[in-house]
This record gives sequence, C-alpha cells and structure tokens, in this order.
Amino acid sequence: MSELIVEIQNLRKTFGALVAIDDLTFSVARGEIVGLLGANGAGKTTALSILLGLVTPSAGSVRVFGQDLERHRVAVLRRMNFSSAYTALPSNLRVEENLLVFARLYSVQKPRRKIDELLELLEIAHLKKRVVGRLSSGESARVSLCKSLLNDPELLLLDEPTASLDPDIADKVRKWLRQVQRERGIGMIYTSHNMRDVEEVCDRVLFMRRGKIFAEGTPRSIVEKFQEQSLESLFIKVARGGDIEDL
Amino acid sequence: MNGSVILGLVLRYTYIIRRSVPRIIEMLFWPMLDLLVWAFLTLYLKSISDGPPSAVTFLLGAMIFWDVLFRSQQGMTVSFLEDVWARNIINVFVAPVRVREFLAATALVGLLKVLIIIVVLTVSARLLCDFDFLALGWALGPLFVNLIIMGWGIGLVTTALIMRFGQAVEMLAWAIPFLFQPLSAVFYPVSVLPAWAQPLALALPSTQVFEGMRSVLAGGPFPTAHLLWALTLNALWLAVECVFFAWMYQSTREKGYLAKLGTQ
Repeated sequence: MSELIVEIQNLRKTFGALVAIDDLTFSVARGEIVGLLGANGAGKTTALSILLGLVTPSAGSVRVFGQDLERHRVAVLRRMNFSSAYTALPSNLRVEENLLVFARLYSVQKPRRKIDELLELLEIAHLKKRVVGRLSSGESARVSLCKSLLNDPELLLLDEPTASLDPDIADKVRKWLRQVQRERGIGMIYTSHNMRDVEEVCDRVLFMRRGKIFAEGTPRSIVEKFQEQSLESLFIKVARGGDIEDL
Repeated sequence: MNGSVILGLVLRYTYIIRRSVPRIIEMLFWPMLDLLVWAFLTLYLKSISDGPPSAVTFLLGAMIFWDVLFRSQQGMTVSFLEDVWARNIINVFVAPVRVREFLAATALVGLLKVLIIIVVLTVSARLLCDFDFLALGWALGPLFVNLIIMGWGIGLVTTALIMRFGQAVEMLAWAIPFLFQPLSAVFYPVSVLPAWAQPLALALPSTQVFEGMRSVLAGGPFPTAHLLWALTLNALWLAVECVFFAWMYQSTREKGYLAKLGTQ
C-alpha cells in the first residue's frame, strides 16, 4: 500500500449542540484523489477546514505527512495547498503580482520561473499581466489552480474547483487535475456537488451524511453497492432524507 | 519568523495601495483635511485672542500626533480587512504563515503609511501654515514611536474583534481609536479632565505622549518621565493585547468563524 499522507482518526467537531463531524476516520494515500461527497451540512466543509488548520477539532487526531497538524501546522501547510470556488485572489492585482505574493508566502525558489511554467501548463500565459478582477470565472479558476500548484504540493485540497465553470472549462480543469496528479503524484481531497467531476476525477469517494461516512469506495462500486443508476441519484436520495439502510 | 513570508505580505498590501488611486487618495485625504481645519481654527483663535503664540503649535502638533496613532492602527486593521473584502483571507491563513508573521507584516504596513503621512503633513504644514514641525527637534521622535506602538496595540484588538465577530463589526476599525481620544488629552492638558478620569487617562500611553509633546512644544526639557511612562504602559498594554488577540484567534478557530471569514 502507498504511503498515507493523511490519517484522520475518530475526528469529532461540535459547534455547541450541533455535531458537525462525528467519529470520522479516513486516510488518503500519496497520489490518490479522494472525493468528499455529501449534501449541504454533511460535514465535508468542516472536515476540509480542519485539515487546513482553520478549525480546531473537538476530539480525535489529524496527522498529515505523519505529523500532528495542530502541533506542526506551518510545516504541514508548506507541503500542501488549497483552491476553492469560494475564495478569490485580490481582484485589483495582476495575475503575476498575485502569484508572486503567494510564491513568497510558500517560500518558492525561483518564483518567476515557476510562475511562467505553471501559466504555460494551465494555458494562461497570456493572462500574466492582466488584472484578476477583469478575468472570466474560468480564467480566475485557472489562476487559482496555478496558485495552488506554486509550492509543488504533495497534497491538494480542492473545494468545488469547477463550480461556476462552463462545461468546456470544467472538463479541461478535470483533465489538468488528472494530469498533475499523474505527473507529480499529488494526493488530492476533492469536494464537489458535481457528480460528473467526482466520477471522472476521484479514485475513491467518501460519502458523508450527518458528519459520518456512510459509504466508501470507487464511484462505480458505491453506485453498484446501493443499486442506484448513478452517484447523482444516490446523492439526491440521501440529500432528501432517504434512509441509507433502506437503499 | 520567516522574512520571505513577511515581505510577501507587505508586497501584497503595497501592491493594493499602488494599484488603487482611491486608496492613495483616501490615505492622504483625511490627514490633509484635518490639517486644513485645524490650521484655519488656530489662525482664527490667534486673531481673536491674546492667547499664547504656541496655540497653533499645540493644535497642529496634536493633530499630526493623533494621525500617527490612528494611521498606525489603520494600517494594521485595514490591511486585514482588505483581504477579507477581497475574499482572500482564507488563502492567506491556509498558507504557511504564522500569525505573528501576519501581524508583523500588517504592523510594517502601518508604519509605512505613518511615515508617508508624516512627510506629507510636515511638508503641507510648512507650505500652507508656515508651521515647521521639524524645527521642534528630534525629541519628538521617541514620542512618535510610542504612538506607533500604541496604534499597533489598538490594531491588534480591532483585528481580533473583526476576526471573531465578522464583517458586521468592521466599523470598529474606524471607531475604536476614537474611544481613546477624549482620555488621551490630545488637544488639552490632562488637568482639564474631571478628577475621576485623570488616573484612567494617565494609564494610557497616548496621554503620556501628548503631555510630553506639549512640554516639548512649550520649549520645556525633554520629557523623560512621560517617555518612560509611555514605554512602560505600552509594554504592559501590548502584552494584554497580544493575549487578547491569541484568545480571540483560538476562539475563532474553535467556533469555525475563521473558515467563514470573507466567504459569505
């Protein structure tokens, strides 16, 4: 088995009386793409936030690259990165300026060369001098991905990276993600409400409900296990309160 | 502390200012407006009374000193708010940035803004009001430093409150410094305050600075006692403010508010 880069054990997070994460245990191997699925409120964003060090767990352990996240937050964050449809890069800065700032935050060596290389990879070299606020959502998403690859991360956390993208760009983004995963062996945790994304990109899926994992496996094996037509129909059934024992 | 990280953040905040004409105007507009209002007021007061000739010096000096404190605090809090407004704050907090590096960078931006404003106000006061601030001597330097430190301390508190309670309380960034103004005895000596308020006033580093400033502007000796008090009080307050910030930061992470900052 490949080396585990994420090991989450009995994780629990409560906000007052609300149990957002309930005894969550899972791991991610180097080079593996794991999809975190679930309806709104299932706990996937909280799990992602804990992995990013933004939220402290109430109980359980989170180890990334073999290190305790809470104790070695900066060392761990240096080796991972993040991209989300719900964050943005400062809109009044040029693409190059934004990337230079983040290159410094991640202590990237030879930042200008790295930026040029990534802009070429994501086919946005022509946007280098453009102001981020004037880019289309597809172009912004690619710049955000570019930022997330600056430090050659070993683990990439992606929060709905294709949200608001047209099908053509979304398809390209999926292919780039697969390409960088193949070429660089990056492990990824991927949340999405787009089941096509998940089926196409993820090696393994963790289906969450009420803070717990209720199904785990390849997208195909989950669909077969619950005798559904697709991940999407299973998602809808769960989101509408279908009892998983009955599925 | 990682110098590359601090430089990266300073670079980011200076890019914002450089690339935004409204921000450059805003940075200079209010201090210039203050300068003109206080200059005209002091000229008027001089013309209608036989008051001391140092009245202009006191009021304009106080106005410039107050701006040092205010801009130092603003540089810190508004830098943080810029990232919240840009929905970029999460990107910064999930980067390998230590909280102390983030705070050091915003404090440096505050310092940079203060230096720019001091230069602009000093030149403007000389040209428009025939008021030579530099002629007052270098004794004012250490007093400035104390105001900058106090501004950072207030910046820590306002940043912590915005982090904890969200953008709904962002007006605190502008309001909180003014809570200290009446007790800081900016435009009048501390002796005019009611007896009960004087001990409170003297517990603020800013009051010691403004008392010291008046002593220097009146041609008195270097205000060593005021300076030492200001330094001691600043050290104590800064320690309390750092503990407050750390507590708020931890509470924000526990309650999950940090993950929501600037994303809603």
